[in-house]
Formats: sequence, C-alpha cells, structure tokens
Amino acid sequence: MNCTDFLAKLTDFFDGKIEPELLAEVKQHLGACHHCEVVVDTTRKTIEVYRGNEVYEFPDDLSTRLRAAIMARCEKTKCGSGSSETKSASPHPHNS
Amino acid sequence: MAPSSTIAEPLPLAAIEVHPDVDLVARTRAGDNTAYEQLVKQYQRQIFRTANHITQNREDAEDITQDVFFKAFQKLDQFKGDSKFSTWLVRIAVNESLMRLRKRKTSKTVSMDQDIQTEEGSIPRDFAEWRPNPEQIYSQSELGDILRKTIAGLPPGFRTVFTLRDIENLSTEETASALGLSVPAVKSRLLRARLQLRERLSRYFRQKNEATQ
Repeated sequence: MNCTDFLAKLTDFFDGKIEPELLAEVKQHLGACHHCEVVVDTTRKTIEVYRGNEVYEFPDDLSTRLRAAIMARCEKTKCGSGSSETKSASPHPHNS
Repeated sequence: MAPSSTIAEPLPLAAIEVHPDVDLVARTRAGDNTAYEQLVKQYQRQIFRTANHITQNREDAEDITQDVFFKAFQKLDQFKGDSKFSTWLVRIAVNESLMRLRKRKTSKTVSMDQDIQTEEGSIPRDFAEWRPNPEQIYSQSELGDILRKTIAGLPPGFRTVFTLRDIENLSTEETASALGLSVPAVKSRLLRARLQLRERLSRYFRQKNEATQ
C-alpha cells in the first residue's frame, strides 16, 4: 500500500468501516510512513477541534428570543396545516 | 393444539425503546404546543449551528432557524418517524440554507448535485505535527476566530458535508439522504473537506519551531 492508496481509505478508516485484511495493510503502512501518521493524527484533531468548540455562539438571550418568535408563529396556525403560512415576526430586534 | 413455541411472545414494555421525541411529536399533533416548545428548545442550537455553518451569515441562520421550526410544525403530519426527528429538522435546515445561498446569487458554488472539481488542499503537503494541542496554544476566542475563518474558506458543498457528518454527527447515509447525494459522493467530499481543513488549520497549529524555520 502506498500513500495514495492509504488516503483513498482514510474515510473508511476513520469510520471503522474497513475490511479486516485491508485494515492490516493500513496499519502496516501507518507504521512505516511518518507523513501518513501525521495526516491521520492532524485530521483527527481537525474533527475534534470543530466538535469540541462552539464555533458560533448561541447565547441564552438569542435562544429565548428565537423560541418566542417560533412559538408565536406556531400559535397562529394549526399543527400539520401544510402551507398556510402567515408571515413571520422578525427575530431580529434591529429589524422590528 | 398448536405448540406454544409457535406463538410470538409479546416483548416486555421495558425492552421497547421509544425515543422521547416520538412522544413530544405525538403530543404536538394532538394540540399540545408546550410539547413542541420542548422540541424547539432541544434542537434550536443544532439547527442554528447547521444554518450558520452553511450560510456563514448569523442573521440568515437566525431566520432559517425560525423558518425550519415553523415549517416543521406545519408539516408535522409528513414526519413518518422513519428517521430521527432531529435528522428530519436538519434536512429542512440544509434545504433552507442552500436556498439562501442560491438567493445570494452564488448558485454556481452551491450545487449539491455536481461534483466539485477543486483539488486544492486535497493532497496533503504539510506534514508538521500539531503540538501542543490547539486549545493549549490559543485562547477560546482566538481559536473560535481561526475555526470560523478556516471553515468559511471551504466551498459550500464541502462545508455542508463536513458540518453534517463531523459536527452534527449524522451518518454517511443520513448525510447522503439530506443532501440528495450518493454515499460515495458524500465520502469523497468528506475526505476532501477534512483534508482541506487540516491543511489550512496546519498554518496555525503546526509545531512552532517548525513554523519559524
């Protein structure tokens, strides 16, 4: 297995969906190729850093404001009423 | 008399796991809006995050969050329960977000049914290790800026797949279904999205002694 073959299997490797025979080859390649070892480690950290950090803040006041706007719209219609939409109340205080 | 072994034994109630959302959806259908408010409370952060990742615009994300929950309420009778309620919401959020992007006249960059040709960043070039870990190098706000700036630089098709699969934890199949893509197409985009993000983040996170050489 060379580095190109290894990269092609990277998604399956991360997902744990790789056939046992192929997994042995992947592990063998990783043991011998420092570059691919770094790629695996830093790609894993890429996923972890995005999962572990709130990239977009969602403060409590926004949560409360949005929920109130949503429920106000829902109160004006019937659940499962299809497309009889009434226009929204703006959730942005600066637009209201 | 038929042998008793041919009669199916009913499962004990405790063995049947019903997701709490199923009950909340049923109560909403029966007219209990407080049940729906509970669902909104549970998933509005996830829907806002998904919309913000795809549109890269906070105000759009707020509007989309509102629209998603309102549309879901209106169309609740169409929710068949063959997927998780949260996955159903995410699917609506993706559609709404992509529609917003298209309205911004960037349609050539947001098509989900065409292969994205760019190979930029898909072939690893930076082989520096990341030490210490990013959280040890940067403050929370600096790290947030880096992560926002970096994911914003990805083509929307890659950004969306990465968001659903790696941030929102949808399965490959759920992601494919939400985006109207094949499973191999999702896998291919996910690989390229991960590698491009890795390459770009490496500019910030690579070992300092190597960066200064």
